[in-house]
Amino acid sequence: MRKIYLPLTEEIRESLRAGEEVLLSGKMYTARDAAHKRLYEAIKKHKKLPLDLTDNVIYYCGPTPAKPGAPVGSCGPTTAKRMDGFTPALLASGLAGMIGKGRRSEEVKKAIKRYKAVYLVAVGGAGAYFASKIKKANILAYKELGPEAIYELWVENFPAIVAIDSRGQSIIKE
Amino acid sequence: MRKISTKKITDVVSRLVLKANFSLRKDVLSSLKRAALSEKSPLGKSILKILIENARIAEKEGLAICQYTGIAVVFCEIGQKVHVGGDIDKAINEGIRLGYKKGCLRKSVVSDPIIRKNTGTNTPSIIHYSFNKSDKLRLTVLPKGFGCENASKVFMLKPTATEEEIIESVVGAVKEQGADACPPLILGIGIGGTLDKAATLSKEATLLPVNKTNPKKHLKRLESLILKRVNETGIGPAGLGGKTTCLGVNILSFPTHIAGLPVVVNINCHALRSAESLI
Repeated sequence: MRKIYLPLTEEIRESLRAGEEVLLSGKMYTARDAAHKRLYEAIKKHKKLPLDLTDNVIYYCGPTPAKPGAPVGSCGPTTAKRMDGFTPALLASGLAGMIGKGRRSEEVKKAIKRYKAVYLVAVGGAGAYFASKIKKANILAYKELGPEAIYELWVENFPAIVAIDSRGQSIIKE
Repeated sequence: MRKISTKKITDVVSRLVLKANFSLRKDVLSSLKRAALSEKSPLGKSILKILIENARIAEKEGLAICQYTGIAVVFCEIGQKVHVGGDIDKAINEGIRLGYKKGCLRKSVVSDPIIRKNTGTNTPSIIHYSFNKSDKLRLTVLPKGFGCENASKVFMLKPTATEEEIIESVVGAVKEQGADACPPLILGIGIGGTLDKAATLSKEATLLPVNKTNPKKHLKRLESLILKRVNETGIGPAGLGGKTTCLGVNILSFPTHIAGLPVVVNINCHALRSAESLI
């Protein structure tokens, strides 16, 4: 299986093909509904974002609380389509990729192609498995949102499947 | 009368919360293993293998199988020769609260469906009581995530509806939202009664072993036709294609009114979790 080291540069994105399985290593960020709303509003108001989106990957995930000594609790992907309304604006601001589960809207698919981004699917419901791939976690922003805060996650060999590639090709069953 | 204390009920419920969330049901695990062998899509196969590995890690590390630990549905079957000294509702909910706290499990319950403030305890749970003639008390905890609960559907069909119409209703529900409900799915179907009776039956049907064959011949046939048709959709594991869209279908039925045919399909993700104990 192909190993990818983050950040996800344009060169890597363009080489990924829908249906390909990859192992990701490096740093990614979590954000789900509430964090997306905040990032989106900040972009609309031309405010500074708490993270630089350029070439970075957002994982749609809200981990369960960590047991003592562990970086995070179970942390599988959440349903991607709830983020659809916010995603094109984030992609326009440099976001390189998203990891989630399930289908995306036509608008998101078009934006992925336009900004040469990529949507990856992680296996939904495999929360304990993904926890074992996370080596370190740190809250970066919006701490008050609890499990919905933005975390920095350092991952090693995190498996994902390219579901929509930078050419707009998709393997998701409609 | 056999006495059972509320403390005993609380202890058992809290243990069942942990068991259900950390150890995948054996019948679910073996159906995943069978599917991993028979799935033709390479991607589907590797997804199924990840799910099997996930169950192993969850059990070994004491981690939630899935972070979406749901709202707890509790089935409490009370023998008529049992006397519970105290408030049984309170005892069950206290067990739920303790279990979710101990297990570092996500609290997902809001106190009011419109105001939506998290109760912080994952209570109240949804409790279904029933009675039998024994001197025992059976408790079953079913943590239910809402990704798949939201994909579930009620159909109030005409009494003259054909078998094909029932199948199409169920398959239609899967086609509509199944891809986002973490397939491979497990379907619990309630047929007959009233709207509420069919809904309760559909939930109870998810407690049956995944590949149990129905003792009623006509329902056995319907289960296998639905399973076949759902798998023909090609949605596959994680919605990325393959022949394993559904691991199993169980139907429970009840007498109904001459003018109606309620059908409820309760969709479950592959992480179908439940645990039971007989006190």
